[in-house]
Amino acid sequence: MLDFPTWRRVWLWLVTLICVAAALPSLLSATSIRWPDALPDPMVNLGLDLAGGSHILLEADASQVAAQRLDNMEENVRNTMRSAEPRIRIGDVSTRDGRLSFVLDNPSQIDRARELLLPSINGTGLVREWDMVVEDGNRMILTPTQEGIDQAVSDAMESAIEVVRKRIDELGTREPTIIRQGDTRIVVQVPGLQDPEQLKALLGQTAKLEFKLVDQNALPSDVQQGLAPPGSEIFAYAETSDFAGSSLAVRRLGGIRGDNLTGAQQSFDPQTNEPVVNIQFDSDGGRRFAKLTTDNVGKPFAIILDEQVLSAPNINEPIRGGTAMISGGFSVETANQLAISLRSGALPVDLAVIEERTVGPDLGADSIKRGMLAMALGSLLVIVLMIASYGRFGVYATVALVINVAMLLGIMAVLNTTLTLPGIAGFVLTIGAAVDANVLINERIREERKRGRRVVAAVENGYKEASRAIYDANVTNFIAGVLLFLFGSGPVRGFAVVLVIGLFTSVFTAVTLSRMWVADWLRKAKPKDIVL
Amino acid sequence: MKLLKLVPDDTNIKFLKWRIPFFAVSLLLIAASWALVFTKGLNYGVDFAGGLEVRATFTQSAEAPVGELREQVATLGYGDPVVQRFGEDNQVSIRVRLPDEVSADKEAAQEAANEIVSTLQGEYSDFRLDGNDNVSGKVSGEFREKALLALLAAMLAIALYIWIRFEWQFGVGALFALFHDVSLTMGMFALFQMEFSLQIIAAILAIIGYSLNDTIVVYDRIRENLKKFRKMPLPELLDLSVNETLARTVMTSLTLLVALIPLLFFGPASLFGMVAGITLGLFVGTYSSVYMAAPILVWLGVTSDSFVPTETVLDQQEKKARGVV
Repeated sequence: MLDFPTWRRVWLWLVTLICVAAALPSLLSATSIRWPDALPDPMVNLGLDLAGGSHILLEADASQVAAQRLDNMEENVRNTMRSAEPRIRIGDVSTRDGRLSFVLDNPSQIDRARELLLPSINGTGLVREWDMVVEDGNRMILTPTQEGIDQAVSDAMESAIEVVRKRIDELGTREPTIIRQGDTRIVVQVPGLQDPEQLKALLGQTAKLEFKLVDQNALPSDVQQGLAPPGSEIFAYAETSDFAGSSLAVRRLGGIRGDNLTGAQQSFDPQTNEPVVNIQFDSDGGRRFAKLTTDNVGKPFAIILDEQVLSAPNINEPIRGGTAMISGGFSVETANQLAISLRSGALPVDLAVIEERTVGPDLGADSIKRGMLAMALGSLLVIVLMIASYGRFGVYATVALVINVAMLLGIMAVLNTTLTLPGIAGFVLTIGAAVDANVLINERIREERKRGRRVVAAVENGYKEASRAIYDANVTNFIAGVLLFLFGSGPVRGFAVVLVIGLFTSVFTAVTLSRMWVADWLRKAKPKDIVL
Repeated sequence: MKLLKLVPDDTNIKFLKWRIPFFAVSLLLIAASWALVFTKGLNYGVDFAGGLEVRATFTQSAEAPVGELREQVATLGYGDPVVQRFGEDNQVSIRVRLPDEVSADKEAAQEAANEIVSTLQGEYSDFRLDGNDNVSGKVSGEFREKALLALLAAMLAIALYIWIRFEWQFGVGALFALFHDVSLTMGMFALFQMEFSLQIIAAILAIIGYSLNDTIVVYDRIRENLKKFRKMPLPELLDLSVNETLARTVMTSLTLLVALIPLLFFGPASLFGMVAGITLGLFVGTYSSVYMAAPILVWLGVTSDSFVPTETVLDQQEKKARGVV
């Protein structure tokens, strides 16, 4: 038990040294001493609650993806049937209950129609995207498969993350963390941001820009009541526009979307000096925009942003240059924001902020300072208590404790974990609990001596008999820590990380290292009696 | 050198003599705690209730105008805010639990937060926003669910582990002691109406872990003594075990306590609730290790036979083969 062969000794010191060394860069970063660049520098990250910054949890509306997909399929079916040779006439098109159904005028064309739709139904990926059935010999019903919807949501989330990243980059923020969480959520963490409002406004803006023709045949009274003529839909004017409070009917199909932009900048209308956004289409978008404006000269078209009409100007002449100017009662700030959003692309799905936590940088620094002070004081009290109670054995426990804290920090740095505010509490708890093992061992040695065992035997037995309870206690703490990690979120997880790593380091230092030191002392000093 | 001995060597307190009154009191306290939780209710923070919390410092003032703030925020029409001093005298936390119809709308909490902050920034020139938490009803519901799961799973998993390592009676005893600790901690949060947040769940889980440490030390000794003193009556044996390990129980709890106290008084304000919870739980946990976990074993009928390996059929066959019998 007290036998430590050289290889074991070397191995123990090596592990200790490496772990403690790994803590140095993190410790030095608090001072002005520079860690040499040539050496690896594992660092403990500071959580947002300590470093200051914003944590934002965004959730996508998955049902919207499904609805959008249904709309696209409708347009696809109409186009396919129209351009078929010979043309396949369809009617009674409906997208109710999340499925697309339509009736063929000529039932004999059903096989041809099925054949034409097959590519879009099978999709491009590995999963079949739609189920197709024929009812009554002439009604075709397309139902999206769950796999297809899941795939679409997943794709939408991937591109939403890209868009979010671009928008945050536009703000010039350093080192944002953007990760997907679960099926429909995105976590955005931005350290040290001063103005979270701007960030939230930017992330919340879908920036879906659409140009649609105004339905001039709609009765104004119907439109204001929200009744859309067949083939049209109704949008409200944006609150910032000149017609806020009223609505507009536009043709559902045949418009174009502002997805294909090469640029967008905030600018001023040369005539009114009002802030506007200039956009440039790419060649494809420019061609389609030119066609739309050429075919509809003299008619009004609506510029719709995120389901709200910004303005509905008349098309005075075809716009062929591939550029357009969007006005709609912007301030310089909102125009600038829209420009950023358009540049980074529209979000494929609406994102809502469902959780936000922001901590100012001053508060975080203050927390660290107070945490450090409390930790130092707490350690001091524990050390005094241990040395007063166990003398020499208390000194071993103290050295073990100091190494324990350094190793804990070092391992956290190597694993690149994050130190949070509750993590500081975790450090303090670890300090208070790490010496528990020494208490159990020392009390046992005391007992064994009282029963009349000789020094070496008492120490040996002390370590052996105490180890059972130490083991069980650490396993139960481990269970509690792991469950906290699994079910906890954010900062609380940081607490669990410290506790769990601290269990391992404390067993290593308080049991293994201290045993080595005690063994060395017993061998060298050969004491007849020990003060305990 | 004379060493400090907090528990004298030959301490022999008759703990078990008073087990029935103490146990009755503990049961009453558990019942009272749950009664408090259900009648008075827990003062849920934004983590669990949803809504928003704004923390701010009035940099030029000696004291934050708590009463004034309460009125000003109330006039914004989001219900009665909870305005509390938070840390220093000039620091406050303003908590608004949004009405259901507002919190159902995902964006509403954001707008409310913006409105409160901009109103107060306009009103007070030295208003410095230190941070804000903003949790929608959906997320807070998930937090509640997960917190409950974490607590239940931790208690059951630990009880199961104790059962495997010891005997079923010990598992039940540990589970009961844990239930006692969790109940009383929650009862105290209900009584003092301290904010109950995710951090408090972390505190309770830490308590569960550390309370178990003491229980395990006592149980380990009971097991050892059961093997050693086969004829000793159980209450006497439990008393002996508790007394023998009392120094350990006191020292391990004390080291944790002295480590925590500076954090409680000098630590960051945002940690106060959590550290207070752990400190309270520490006392409750130490008590339960002695007065809940051990006496239960008497009633559950632990005997020294529990730990004497019973002879299996295989053992008998082996003996026979060797010609021992």
